[in-house]
Amino acid sequence: MSLITANSVGVSYTGRRVLFDIDFQINRGEIVTIVGPNGSGKTSFLRVLLGVVAPDKGRITRAKGLRIGYVPQRLHLDPGLPMPVSRFLSLPSRQSPQAIAAILERVGVPDVARQNMATLSGGQFQRVLLARALLTRPDILMLDEPTAGLDQPGVAAFYRLIEDVRREMNCAVLSVSHDLHVVMSASDRVICINGHICCEGAPQVVRAAPEYRALFGLGTGGALALYQHSHDHVHDEDCDHDHNHTKEHAHHAG
Amino acid sequence: MLDDFLMRALLAGLAVAIATGPLGCFVVWRRMAYFGDATAHAAILGVALALGFQISIFIGTMVVALIMAMVVATLAGRGWAMDTTLGVLAHSALAFGLVAVSFLPNVRVDLTAYLFGDILAVSRFDLAVIVLGSALVLGLILWRWQGLLMATLSEDLAQSAGINPGSERMVLTLALAVVVAVALKIVGALLIAALLIIPAAAARNLARSPEMMAAFAMAIGAVSVFGGLQLSLARDTPSGPSIVVIAALIFLATTLGAALVQNRSAR
Repeated sequence: MSLITANSVGVSYTGRRVLFDIDFQINRGEIVTIVGPNGSGKTSFLRVLLGVVAPDKGRITRAKGLRIGYVPQRLHLDPGLPMPVSRFLSLPSRQSPQAIAAILERVGVPDVARQNMATLSGGQFQRVLLARALLTRPDILMLDEPTAGLDQPGVAAFYRLIEDVRREMNCAVLSVSHDLHVVMSASDRVICINGHICCEGAPQVVRAAPEYRALFGLGTGGALALYQHSHDHVHDEDCDHDHNHTKEHAHHAG
Repeated sequence: MLDDFLMRALLAGLAVAIATGPLGCFVVWRRMAYFGDATAHAAILGVALALGFQISIFIGTMVVALIMAMVVATLAGRGWAMDTTLGVLAHSALAFGLVAVSFLPNVRVDLTAYLFGDILAVSRFDLAVIVLGSALVLGLILWRWQGLLMATLSEDLAQSAGINPGSERMVLTLALAVVVAVALKIVGALLIAALLIIPAAAARNLARSPEMMAAFAMAIGAVSVFGGLQLSLARDTPSGPSIVVIAALIFLATTLGAALVQNRSAR
């Protein structure tokens, strides 16, 4: 049974149409990645599924008693609000110190429980956000550009963690990303959004679809870079390339 | 014991401090300082209306404060520029209130009592209403604490946990209106926001968690009330401003203290 279903959903903000004709569903244990250019409505899509914004067309159906673990893109912490990590993890429901220690260990930041949230690095912060979402024992994890601001190895490590966690907890994962390459290796399905669903399918299919190519392929060098780094068989070459590059550096240094 | 006007004043002040402590923390965390000002200033309009229609001042100020808070919350939701909007509303409400009071034909009103408070004139009935109102606000905040905190951190995060951020905002708006109504007698319309913000800001320097900050804010508010009353008695100073002066001095002390500690640990 699907966890969340969207039937011909449309969303507008103050008359501006952001999303239209969205049909979507996600099943237990699935990893689905949403990609799309800036302003394409990716985040709005996530927010309408969360229930933060109401669709003005169509309908959203959530499975009864669905527990959503939401990992926002960023969290603005007012400096006036002292918030230790352990306290943050006890939202929305209180957690035992044991549970907090265990989950922090699991996401790879075992020593931060007593620290203030404001003192965490970007990567630590992201993992604490994930830990909080996991403590709610979610049926579905929703991640909004969770790797924004992480470096390449950081992104890879974060996605490996998500994959492991998904296996352990058997939750679905819905992740919004601007980085097709890294996400593709992890996800069952990729959905490309630009106001509506342009194309959808297994990772390779999306990359090859003309609609997707049209979306990213027009013009700029940035889009081209996306192609270079964005699929499985080049992935190996990428690794080689990076490897050589590192060796060169080592050589220079020596 | 309640026959003593000083005892009544002290109890009323402590009751209000216990409500403004945690509520003030949310005002600080959600950056609602000016919002609190606008709501409090509207109280003077409430006083005028209450006197004009001969209804209870508590009811009048609470209703007008609630309407003002809801208008501001609605405008904020529609994306108005908040500092300007609040500035217009806060001072207009105050000015309209002052003008409206002057229209009242048969009432000789001592406006300073409403602008700066008149804690030494708290009657038994006032005390009962103040204690009840403060208990209501404190109860409301304790009951919704987790949800309020979650919605303050991030409305999206709250929503994902099944908490409606709109109703949490409503809880705070309601609490603010009640606090304005009961604190009017203590510090007056002009300084209600001070009683919300200054103890919370002073507590921030000492606290390591939200709960600690709320508790410290209560304690600092209580000490300010006690100290302010003593000052007022000893030096014959106006009691409302005296309370705020003590709170401000405590804020100064905790800020300097925190800076010192930080300096020492940095070295």
